[in-house]
Amino acid sequence: MTVSTAGTIRAAPQAPRSVPRRRLLEDERWLAFVLLVPTMVLLCLFIAYPFARGIILSVTDSRVGVPGTFVGAANFERIWNDGIFRQAVYNTFVYTGVTTVFKLGIGLWLALLLNRHFKGKAIVRAFILLPFIIPTVLSTFAWKWMFDPTFSVINWGLFQLGLIKRSINWLGDPDLAMFSIMVVNVWRGVPFFAISLLAGLQTISPELNEAAAIDGARPWQRFWHITWPLLLPVTMVVVLFSIIQTFADFQIVYVMTGGGPANATHLFATYAYQIGVGTGLLSQGAAISLAMFPILFLVVIVQLLYIRRVETR
Amino acid sequence: MAQVTRRKLLKLSGAGAVAAKTGGIAAILATGRAPAYAQTPTVHWIRWNDFVPASDQLLRRELLPECEKAIGVKVNLETVNGNDLQPRITSAIQSGAGPDLFMLFNNHPHLYAASAVDLSDIAEDIGKTQGGWYKVSSGNCNDGKKWLSMPFCIIGAMNAYRKSWFEEVGYSKYPETWDEFRDAGKKLKAKGHPIGQALGHSFGDPPTFAYPLMWSYGGNEVDESGKVIINSKETIESVKYMVALWKEACDEGGLAWDDSSNNRAFLSGTISSTLNGASIYIEAMRKPDQYKTEKGAALHTDILHAPLPKGPAGQFGMHTFESHLMPSYSKNQKAAKDFLRWMHTPANYEKWFNSQKGFATAPTADWEKSKMWEENPVMLPFKVAGRLGELPGRKGLPNARAGEVLSKYVIVDMYAKAVQGGTAEEAVAWAEGELKKVYV
Repeated sequence: MTVSTAGTIRAAPQAPRSVPRRRLLEDERWLAFVLLVPTMVLLCLFIAYPFARGIILSVTDSRVGVPGTFVGAANFERIWNDGIFRQAVYNTFVYTGVTTVFKLGIGLWLALLLNRHFKGKAIVRAFILLPFIIPTVLSTFAWKWMFDPTFSVINWGLFQLGLIKRSINWLGDPDLAMFSIMVVNVWRGVPFFAISLLAGLQTISPELNEAAAIDGARPWQRFWHITWPLLLPVTMVVVLFSIIQTFADFQIVYVMTGGGPANATHLFATYAYQIGVGTGLLSQGAAISLAMFPILFLVVIVQLLYIRRVETR
Repeated sequence: MAQVTRRKLLKLSGAGAVAAKTGGIAAILATGRAPAYAQTPTVHWIRWNDFVPASDQLLRRELLPECEKAIGVKVNLETVNGNDLQPRITSAIQSGAGPDLFMLFNNHPHLYAASAVDLSDIAEDIGKTQGGWYKVSSGNCNDGKKWLSMPFCIIGAMNAYRKSWFEEVGYSKYPETWDEFRDAGKKLKAKGHPIGQALGHSFGDPPTFAYPLMWSYGGNEVDESGKVIINSKETIESVKYMVALWKEACDEGGLAWDDSSNNRAFLSGTISSTLNGASIYIEAMRKPDQYKTEKGAALHTDILHAPLPKGPAGQFGMHTFESHLMPSYSKNQKAAKDFLRWMHTPANYEKWFNSQKGFATAPTADWEKSKMWEENPVMLPFKVAGRLGELPGRKGLPNARAGEVLSKYVIVDMYAKAVQGGTAEEAVAWAEGELKKVYV
């Protein structure tokens, strides 16, 4: 009797506790919240916290090992008057603009070729991805050797072909150094465009092209009036993603030129790294990094608006 | 057959190393505490990939195991590219975790003064017993309040040159003035053997050329009070000289070179002279069958060393300096200090010093008397590198500001900018602007 009473007493408080919990989770809003918590924690830890920390750093005079004091917008004012920073801004726009055009052009051309039927199609598609698969630092080191001022295989080849008499100073001349890093970026980025656009092309029904062909449309007309408009949504997303990645590029420039010669090839990221991490001027490095933010934010807004427009069509 | 009970098995299983101290697993279970082992303190030491690889091998295979036996401190040596040391220490200090001892170049320790453990006790002792510190040693490592880092060695920067090629253009001795240097270089370049000089962002060869060139023309970053005085006609003259030298006498690829590029270029026979540590000569000595002159002789027999030429204001040198800084976050400070003392004990340091074959000389004066210097007369010019070197920030102090200017490669870039195009005046004015941002 005592035992059963005790059992009843013990069981009694459990019942009301579990019911509301279950009820709470039955509510879709609460369930969604619970399921989102892990993602939110991760986002806070790895995106929101570093971002907030970056903002805080950029308004102090903090340097390595010294927390620093609040200085307002002094760091931004300082970088605004910094010739190397302005050069880095210019370089970043040129680097992103030129490489994106070439990546899109070559990527689209490759995608159209790969969309045809030919023997060994699968192998060729796999090979196209190689530049994207190899770790960027490794492949960039190989490129660095190819553009080496003394031992460049490109110079050797051109020399053997009788096209040059003096070696070309690929990485020592400011313009050629920019050209060289852009070549590597295009090489690295084309597979992303090619494969993504190929995926887009494969969603286009072949019947549309066939019907147009029967109606007498030439290949160029079929591309311009059928393929291109249908491929545009995928192209837009790929281009915007590429712009974001290229704008914040670091590895290629860091390995190839380190931002040189004489700071001529610095991008936002490499200059921020040199100042913040290399020299230990954390607040100035953070300010340079944050200067990228409004531009990338704009790109993301354009991207989201476009995606929404496509979705609501 | 003897029966093994559960209790017996537990006791037996703990019998080995643990039994004597704890009475086996049974005792651990009974007390609920893990056994207290006398753990070997471990020190994480980070250095560059030495340009004399034999020295890194010596440390790993011989010296560090000896240290563990002698003082019971295990040292884990990590080696990285010299240019990655600054980024590594920045991230370590900010995160409060990382190596216990950091090798740093030149006056970089001043940049991390707030996070450096005071090593005065060791430094004072070693300095007293080994003939006293050179001016460069105390300047690079002591901020007037404490020893921020422990001086380790000086990598003498001298011109390695091809004796026979210089003789071919009429120079039986290495050029003594900058004008002679330019003349010899012009003739050598015409013969396809230009002078090679790194002028990129790299810790060693670019600054050790650019700073002394500026000083030898009478240019300086700041005066004794720290006032920026770089924009002077002397500095402008030195920049004009560099522009002409570059076009007439140098391998123009040097703008993209790092500290290893000129080694490769010299060893492959594409350049006739380059400012460097002795690593080119040491490598040529190590592989006489691989590196040969065009006449088939071992390349090292045609290599000599000479200091940078004189300018109107005198002859100067700046030698790459190594020291070890202990960040204050280190939890192994005692062990790391014990290791530093052990490493700098003459009997131990000598092994490392000898393995360098003169590439690096010691930061104290006594080591000039070492018998190692008698082994090879070609290396003799490096013996007194410690006496001759000047410090970044001259005529002012080699402090954190001078360290910042060095880290940002402002002086190197001043020359590199002019070489790329534009006028000497513009390049110097740019450097002045950059210096004024630092010396506020």
